[in-house]
Amino acid sequence: MIDVAVIDYGMGNLRSVEKAIEHVAGGARVAVTDDPSVVADARRVVFPGQGAMPDCMAQLDDRGLREAVLKAAASKPFLGICIGQQMLFDLSEEGNIPCLKIFPGHVRRFPEAQMVAADGVRLKVPHMGWNEVWHHGDHPLWAGIPDGDRFYFVHSYFVDPVDTAVCAAHTDYGLRFTSAVARDNIFAVQFHPEKSARAGLQLLTNFIAWTP
Amino acid sequence: MLAKRIIPCLDVSAGRVVKGVNFVELRDAGDPVEVARRYDEQGADEITFLDITASSDDRDIILHVVEQVAEQVFIPLTVGGGVRTVADVRRLLNAGADKVSINTAAVDNPEIVAEASSKVGSQCIVVAIDAKQTAPGKWEVFTHGGRRNTGIDAVEWAQRVAYLGAGELLLTSMDRDGTKNGFDLGLTRAISDAVRIPIIASGGVGTLEHLAAGVTEGRADAVLAASIFHFGQHTVHEAKTFMRARGIEVRL
Repeated sequence: MIDVAVIDYGMGNLRSVEKAIEHVAGGARVAVTDDPSVVADARRVVFPGQGAMPDCMAQLDDRGLREAVLKAAASKPFLGICIGQQMLFDLSEEGNIPCLKIFPGHVRRFPEAQMVAADGVRLKVPHMGWNEVWHHGDHPLWAGIPDGDRFYFVHSYFVDPVDTAVCAAHTDYGLRFTSAVARDNIFAVQFHPEKSARAGLQLLTNFIAWTP
Repeated sequence: MLAKRIIPCLDVSAGRVVKGVNFVELRDAGDPVEVARRYDEQGADEITFLDITASSDDRDIILHVVEQVAEQVFIPLTVGGGVRTVADVRRLLNAGADKVSINTAAVDNPEIVAEASSKVGSQCIVVAIDAKQTAPGKWEVFTHGGRRNTGIDAVEWAQRVAYLGAGELLLTSMDRDGTKNGFDLGLTRAISDAVRIPIIASGGVGTLEHLAAGVTEGRADAVLAASIFHFGQHTVHEAKTFMRARGIEVRL
């Protein structure tokens, strides 16, 4: 049995995610896979993503992975990353694409009108670089990570959950947005833990040890 | 608040880090994995590799370098130098690069920017612009290490590649590169104000003050430097401490 399945729906390179998990997980068996049966058998599932939302949803369905993702998200430790977090919501403004509807709420684009810093300088989109992640409550995945520690982001859209109780962290960029969500066995983040140095590796370590 | 990024740049030739002044007297400066790890430990926000391998026979060596670094260093990696085609972009991303920088190939055929960004996502595509001042308040795009003037206005070029799908711009002043006299702040600010994507300022850093000025006066989102870090003049941590003291948001 695979310890950690990293779901590969053909959108970009998942090597960094795989290597970062292997780096923190000692001898764990990590598989990058597009095989629904491997996802079904894995102890834990990582749902990463990059690229454009319409392509991501289309590729997920083309490869017959939708059911496997929904089942994993309902049953075992599940970590969504970047687009892999956004896809858990109802609908994305990026192409007005219906998503997996695991969390009620929409995925929104940074609104041009609010992209101004305190000193009046225009904020760039994509939001690219290291920003502060402020925890909402004590989640096991935040263990050993100082509140407000910085993670690496690169995105132009963010999730806007209907139920604010699922917000596990927020980040400020022109406006305050939800940068992590958590519910039961699901934890999902907008930033890239696999590219976030020590803080990111700590989060992945926590995920490997997590027993929700 | 989003931190301004500090990016050490490593020149790599045939699989080894090399350093020299203005590409003269290149000296071996170690194993790319070791150097990258050292910068990561110092708090580098990203690392950029510039492949300056002269022999085409040795060009694939950079792929192995990227693979090895990506297995051990968990911050964003950008790779540039000799990227000609979308297939080159894909090979570097598959080896573990997070972003690929395109320079001359974009000037020769701007559609490569659109094609690459639509295939792999804008977030992976950096367009490197080498610019020289040709008149007060005017800069033009140069290629071939600053020897060939394309006659293209640098600000217009920046806007065009941003429109075509570049996710970020790596802007090098060929007037300042290697001089240690500081960034061309007029150029940096002109481009940063003209586009809505992040700008990395490059070329001319000789002091920590220069790094800070790139952000405060040049309005760069990130600053790139090579020699002040390579020759042990400063660590990345020192640079960040200095910038924080100047009121700049950094990751420390």
